[in-house]
Amino acid sequence: MNQLSLEERLRLHGVSRRGFLKFCAATASLMALSPAMIPRIAAALENAKRPSVIWLSFQECTGCTESITRSHSPSLESLIFDAISLDYHHTLQVASGDAAEHAREQAMKDNWGKYILVVDGSIPLGNKGFSTIAGISNVDMLIETAKGAAAIVAVGSCAAFGGLPKANPNPTGAVSIDMIIKDKPIINVPGCPPIPVVMTGVLAHFLTFGTLPELDHLKRPKAFYGQNIHDRCYRRPFYERGQFAETFDDEGAKKGWCLFKLGCKGPTTYNACATTKWNGGVSFPIESGHGCLGCSEPNFWDAGSFYAPLSTPIGHVAQNAGYALAAGALAGAAIGFANKQKSSQAIEKHEEITVNDLIKGETK
Amino acid sequence: MNSATFLIWVRETGFLIASSIFIIGLTIRFFEIFMLGRKKDLSEPKGCAMRGGFKTIFTRFLPQDSNTFQRSYFIIIAGYVFHIGLLVALFLLVPHIELIRAALGFGWVGLPTPVVDFLTVLSLISMLALLWHRLTNPVLKMISDAGDYTAWILTFLPLLTGYLAYHHLFFDYTWLLAFHILSAELLMIMLPFTKLMHTFTIFVSRFYGGAISGHKGVQV
Repeated sequence: MNQLSLEERLRLHGVSRRGFLKFCAATASLMALSPAMIPRIAAALENAKRPSVIWLSFQECTGCTESITRSHSPSLESLIFDAISLDYHHTLQVASGDAAEHAREQAMKDNWGKYILVVDGSIPLGNKGFSTIAGISNVDMLIETAKGAAAIVAVGSCAAFGGLPKANPNPTGAVSIDMIIKDKPIINVPGCPPIPVVMTGVLAHFLTFGTLPELDHLKRPKAFYGQNIHDRCYRRPFYERGQFAETFDDEGAKKGWCLFKLGCKGPTTYNACATTKWNGGVSFPIESGHGCLGCSEPNFWDAGSFYAPLSTPIGHVAQNAGYALAAGALAGAAIGFANKQKSSQAIEKHEEITVNDLIKGETK
Repeated sequence: MNSATFLIWVRETGFLIASSIFIIGLTIRFFEIFMLGRKKDLSEPKGCAMRGGFKTIFTRFLPQDSNTFQRSYFIIIAGYVFHIGLLVALFLLVPHIELIRAALGFGWVGLPTPVVDFLTVLSLISMLALLWHRLTNPVLKMISDAGDYTAWILTFLPLLTGYLAYHHLFFDYTWLLAFHILSAELLMIMLPFTKLMHTFTIFVSRFYGGAISGHKGVQV
């Protein structure tokens, strides 16, 4: 089965060539590629021999896997996912114990230098024992598995940026994948969780061109993370007009006004939610009445309350202002008294000079 | 440091530092000024000092005679356009009102963003025109020192970065927003120690001037 090409596998699943080409066109469109690329994608995918994928899960919540499995209902994206050889994945694989670990070792050996390594979850560096798999620490397993990988896809904000485990005070010393692996191409696909089609789109790009898609400064594929939620938000006109929901159940909220005042982080979040949407294009969080949390941005857990507007400071502003006022008053009073002191000393030192004194001075 | 981390820094640590220096600086300056006191005026009052003082706070908003206006109409108009634009952008843009609400616990209704945007552009143009005037007018150029240019830069930067951020020009929005907040923080830090302190002392000095005149019975 592993030796079948994707096209043969799709036929087995009853997918027509027309349906397959439609998928290729959709993928090209999603990744903002030229229509001329459709035949190239089709050719690459037709001949693709189920590349081996090893999926490592470290400090994570399995939300990313939950998200990706949502593409199984039953879409062409899910077939692409099915058409890669997922040789190791804790949640999805049948094998357990020694057999599971053996599957990873075997896949690495058979596909050395060619397999795609997908990682979700951050790596604890505080103590190796914080997170282990089969007695192997996360950091050791990552370094060992990354050695033979063609590329690494860091899925989810934990793998890409450290995510929730890295949030202040970061008790496990969690770090992202690119803090440990420096010599392999890394694609970050952040999100908490990422959109399923973004994941399959990245894999399709890699299968088609054998290279990484164009990435932004945070190693995110520009095709999906190139635009800001706020710019693409259907509620944007309300922002411009100054119409904001003040609470989640007021008249403004019912009318679908802008959620900026309720803490929406759309203006600083780059992701495809507003265009690709979720659940097969049904909606995205803002459409459901909740502001964007900014989950595809680094350290989004530490960016203040999810419900505080983006323009507000993070921390105890009023308390700090009180201390500053007290300190200023003390310092100001001290300086004021010192000035008075200086002034009275100057008055004390003042010597009266008469005209006679001046004349005497001249005669000398 | 990436843009998201930098934005968190300016919203958290940066704001903490800037607001502390701003409040401490302002309080020190006011204590210094008020503790200097004034010599008791032993002359017999010929009018009401308080009335003269409070009246002057408002009358000084307008040129006192048409001749003054005609001689300085450029500075007066450009100065007003710039100050009104700045104050509208500062106090009537919704994100800024939310900042004030978070800091002080109360807020007010804002203006639609395009209106604020338009006034910001006018403000920026006026500032550039005023700078050009300062650099080309021989008298003004001679009496201008580093303090004047520092005040101009500190005021111009938040307006410019705010405009760029709103229109998503040239850079990533997160960077622009972070730089905008940082430039406002620089302004907060420097305000108590530069000529920008006039933001707060202008009404005090107008009051003093008016009160002296009022005491002497001079019409204000």
